[in-house]
Amino acid sequence: MAEIVLETQGLTMRFGGVVAANNVDFTLHARELRCLIGPNGAGKSTFFKCVTGLQTPTEGQVFMRGEETTQWMSHEIASLGVGIKTQNPNVLDSLSVFENIWLAARRFHTPIEANRKSQEIIERLALSSIARADLGQLAHGERQRVELGLVAVGDPWLVLLDEPAAGMSAEDVERMTEIIHELNKSAAIVIVEHDMQFIRSIAENVTVFHQGSVLMEDHVDLVMADQTVRNVYLGKKA
Amino acid sequence: MQGSMSKDVMTTLVVSAALIWALPLMVSTYTLTILIIYGMLGLSLGLIWGFGGIICFGQAAYFGLGAYTYAIAAINFGESTIPMLLAVIVPAIFAALLGLMMFYGRLTDVYLGVITLVVMLILFKFINSTAGPQYVIGNARLGGYNGIPGFQTLNVPGDPSAYIWGDAYFYVCAVMLALVFILVSALLRSSFGRIAVGIRENETRMSLMGYDIRARKTILFSIGAAIAGLAGALFANWSEIVTPSLFSLRQSAEIIIWCIVGGFSNRVGPIFGAAGLAYIKILLGQQSMVDNTLIMGIILVVFVLFLPKGLVPAVAELWNISFGRRKRGASRSGRRVRNRGKANG
Ligand SMILES: Nc1ncnc2c1ncn2[C@@H]1O[C@H](COP(=O)(O)OP(=O)(O)O)[C@@H](O)[C@H]1O
Ligand SMILES: [Mg+2]
Repeated sequence: MAEIVLETQGLTMRFGGVVAANNVDFTLHARELRCLIGPNGAGKSTFFKCVTGLQTPTEGQVFMRGEETTQWMSHEIASLGVGIKTQNPNVLDSLSVFENIWLAARRFHTPIEANRKSQEIIERLALSSIARADLGQLAHGERQRVELGLVAVGDPWLVLLDEPAAGMSAEDVERMTEIIHELNKSAAIVIVEHDMQFIRSIAENVTVFHQGSVLMEDHVDLVMADQTVRNVYLGKKA
Repeated sequence: MQGSMSKDVMTTLVVSAALIWALPLMVSTYTLTILIIYGMLGLSLGLIWGFGGIICFGQAAYFGLGAYTYAIAAINFGESTIPMLLAVIVPAIFAALLGLMMFYGRLTDVYLGVITLVVMLILFKFINSTAGPQYVIGNARLGGYNGIPGFQTLNVPGDPSAYIWGDAYFYVCAVMLALVFILVSALLRSSFGRIAVGIRENETRMSLMGYDIRARKTILFSIGAAIAGLAGALFANWSEIVTPSLFSLRQSAEIIIWCIVGGFSNRVGPIFGAAGLAYIKILLGQQSMVDNTLIMGIILVVFVLFLPKGLVPAVAELWNISFGRRKRGASRSGRRVRNRGKANG
């Protein structure tokens, strides 16, 4: 069995009376690709934030490659080799695509190496034609792709993607899928998504969140066929 | 990158030389000296606020600390070289300690502004209350509201009897400002500077990239204080007396206004904003027709309403529209400020 890269035990996050994440036990192996689904407000984003140090969980523990990181700050966790694309685009709007990616690369490389590395990622993500443009001027799909570049350029071994395909054109989604597969060659990935077709096309294992808890965790076909999941998920969505 | 840095240095040297030659033909070097000092002080705030997003309402604290450090050390050492160095180091250390508390305590922007302001007011109160003879550091009496007069002013290093004053002092200050400007330019081009701008743009993303925001802000804040401290020491030499008013609210507010009028987010804006407004204030001070605080207020309001990016970015943009190829980068600095405004509002 492959190494466990991410594990949470009893992870709980409360906001006042709201229990956004409730006693979540989660395990992810090296180079696994997992989808996280669940209706809006199920606690998926909160789970990501607790894992990456953007929020400190109220209770429970987080382990990265066996090391406890529950109380760590986000830059410490990121420095391990963990990348996240947050649900709301988190980029540097008034800087160029190149500058954005260069800053991400510079964290792990010398300036010259960072130049080379940025160029490489920009070509790989087909961003060359807009490399000099400011992020603020870009279309939604392009911004998402750049944010993926920010994550990829650090050569992470764990990647969390919160709704990477939301609001994107079919063409953009296809490109995104390619990039995700490429990343998955070296990194374990967790993806939050709503688009069932997209999920089927990339993942085998799916974890279903509902009201802060893990409702089910299984192969995508079994999850899709499950009546409880259908009720919870489709019921809320419709 | 390397090439453009040397171009930067060349441009700075040529422009400085031209100004140093031309300005004394129009304005007395005594007046120019203080304008240069204020320019340096403006630059210190422009650096941390414009490029690091650190909102500091009490930048005068480091200016005052620099001035007092110089005065006290000069009395004790009887020469100026070590006091000049101390005037840079002491404010830098003070700011580093304050920065550690503020940034590691995860204060939000507004509280940061308030704390920096309060610290400055505490310094003001404290210095103001040291009139008694028991307040001495070495041979120097702090003097309370009377300030400290009669200290050794700038001398040629190694020769305490060779004073540098008058025109010579103007040239020293001008060269110092050019030097600081070149160092700031180099800093902003370095990885450290680029990362600082990234942090200003989006702290969350930068920390998700693995950067320790707290440490980097502390360092930048401290560098800003060092520059303000140097300006303070130069001020002490110019005025030959230091008083608690250096730490005043009025002084801090003026620095902020200089930066707003000149324009944050570019290196020259705060310098010209400071020198320009200080000069206007001096001119207004020579007449009694209109109240000069009123005029300053009007200038500020006009700028905030009609040129929110500040004068220098506006002129640069106008220049580009009229003459230049419209460079993408040129309009960028201005938009940053507006973006921030939107994000905060
Ligand atoms: N910072 C916060 N403060 C208060 N409540 C929050 C906060 N963040 C999330 N929540 C609440 O926690 C629940 C889970 O939210 P979230 O994790 O964003 O869900 P999802 O990403 O699955 O749509 C929601 O009820 C949301 O309102
Ligand atoms: Mg979400």
